[in-house]
Amino acid sequence: MEPFSKHTGVGVPLRRSNVDTDQIIPAVYLKRVTRTGFEDGLFAAWRSDETFVLNQEPFRNGSVLVAGPDFGTGSSREHAVWALMDYGFRVVISSRFADIFRGNAGKQGLLTAQCEQADVEQLWKLLENEPGTDVTVDLNEKTVQCKDFLTTFDIDDYTRWRLLEGLDDIALTLRHSDTIAEFEASRPSYMPVTTPR
Amino acid sequence: MGKTLAEKVWDAHVVRRGKGAEPDLLYIDLHLVHEVTSPQAFDGLRLAGRKVRRPDLTIATEDHNVPTIGIELPIADPVSRTQVETLRKNCAEFGIRLHPMGDDEQGIVHVMGPQLGLTQPGMTVVCGDSHTSTHGAFGAMAFGIGTSEVEHVLATQTLPLRRFKTMAINVSGKLRPGVTAKDIILAIIAKIGTGGGQGYVLEYRGEAIEALSMEARMTICNMSIEAGARAGMIAPDETTFAYLKGRPHAPQGAEWDKAVAAWRQLRSDDDAVFDAEVDLNADELTPYVTWGTNPGQGLPLSERVPDPADFADETERLAAEKALAYMDLKPGTPLRDIKVDTVFLGSCTNGRLEDLRAAAEVLAGRKVADGVRMLVVPGSMRVRKAAEEEGLDKVFKEAGAEWRAAGCSMCLGMNPDQLKPGERSASTSNRNFEGRQGKGGRTHLVSPLVAAATAVRGTLSSPEDL
Repeated sequence: MEPFSKHTGVGVPLRRSNVDTDQIIPAVYLKRVTRTGFEDGLFAAWRSDETFVLNQEPFRNGSVLVAGPDFGTGSSREHAVWALMDYGFRVVISSRFADIFRGNAGKQGLLTAQCEQADVEQLWKLLENEPGTDVTVDLNEKTVQCKDFLTTFDIDDYTRWRLLEGLDDIALTLRHSDTIAEFEASRPSYMPVTTPR
Repeated sequence: MGKTLAEKVWDAHVVRRGKGAEPDLLYIDLHLVHEVTSPQAFDGLRLAGRKVRRPDLTIATEDHNVPTIGIELPIADPVSRTQVETLRKNCAEFGIRLHPMGDDEQGIVHVMGPQLGLTQPGMTVVCGDSHTSTHGAFGAMAFGIGTSEVEHVLATQTLPLRRFKTMAINVSGKLRPGVTAKDIILAIIAKIGTGGGQGYVLEYRGEAIEALSMEARMTICNMSIEAGARAGMIAPDETTFAYLKGRPHAPQGAEWDKAVAAWRQLRSDDDAVFDAEVDLNADELTPYVTWGTNPGQGLPLSERVPDPADFADETERLAAEKALAYMDLKPGTPLRDIKVDTVFLGSCTNGRLEDLRAAAEVLAGRKVADGVRMLVVPGSMRVRKAAEEEGLDKVFKEAGAEWRAAGCSMCLGMNPDQLKPGERSASTSNRNFEGRQGKGGRTHLVSPLVAAATAVRGTLSSPEDL
């Protein structure tokens, strides 16, 4: 995973709540067995509508998505994160994220910055009044800046540290292999195994 | 202070307590795998030269992509076929038990696990699928994970996780005839919203929950994720033990007694404190249906399509406006007047034997209305076989419904079972998102009883309308 410290890019106002992962990438795009190339499925149904924000010129190259509450609900598909990142997004700002989506994003280096809904509204206004405006997100300082508007965002300290360092979770866990083996030896004997009886 | 059920299961699985902001490292007792969310995880293992730590705690099946007719033939869609073949190759390479298409145990991953007796009280269960919450019905802590986490569990049999908060959902009273577990969970989601359970493990408790069968409990826990909760749980009791006893992977002999003794401890202590509590009275409940494009947009079937102007909250009002535009519904229309052209009975929410029985009882001696297509898709091949032994397949076929093979099918339309643009379904599945069942398709979530009655009348209905 690439370390993430600060990102500046065009902000995209997505005035919708409950953007579920079926909207981020419909199931028909999940059939690939590779890890790349999911950008064509991003918001596939909405992108067929000319008026959709990503079809507007300055927003086409956006990299900071500013969305309504409950972003990423529904299916656990990590493809939603891959699709956003393959398209070019590095940050999603929302007042509330679904748990699984937020976890997946943290594993892939997509920053999910949680702001107050009032801040989201302010960002929407700024980005709509002047399409193409940049938003700067600083993970060290936990701040979001758009023109003169500056606010802070929430992210848990552990995910922040992992993102800043670009650390791989599996390698971190494997440092504790002995502890895992010790735990395994203490599991109750009645617990099932999947090997056929 | 006592502990909640969720806290007990959590504490029993901590391999390593996190220091400071660090999450706990939790041991995973059972890892379920399917074809859609696993290929990139196996690829990751190969790239890093890692093995699967515990293939004997891992099991796979094919469900999301599989066709439900002509299952003896190669899958026609080459991309779906590649995904299924990739799972087969990966399972062979890493030594994982797989139940492929055509196998007696094949089916939706959340139907397969419990029917094999692999899901047991007090376990941690994960799968790259958000409806893993289903297994919480046994008093297990079960939750969906992303592909990176799938790879993590394959490599280490653990997951770094931050502790959840706990929410008690107290369902008092007694369900009236014709009202089901599906109506309970739709009412709960309508009450707390799609984000209401975010960050929590839900524990469903109270008289109405205790009275439910295991299959009905699975329906409730299944949709916990639709309220934003990663997991939902129900304390195990005699109903749980009776369901498990004698299943292929349940403990036997002295081990069974030992297990049951341990399982009896798995309940929230009387003095345990939940971070939040929600109350619902089952006495007052009537069949629920959704009118919008998220599972929280539901109402009793006796109501009318709401007017967005009546929503005080600006975000909810906008969401309702967008939902009604997508659903092509007018405010004030009685929900009972909404016409459907498709009825889908199946999915990990309502694709079990009891669900099929309930629908068949309504359909017996009746016909699916003209212009309505009804798909009946059992949750597993074992459910299908059991239903056929009872003659349920004949009831469905005589009524004019299609009797299919097992899989996720039209719940998410990754196989050919999809709605066409503008088509409208009454569906026993779990998500009414835009395009979920096919691009441009419109979904109303319902119970199996409402699905069957709707098939007969052609408009959203409950059995009492017949």
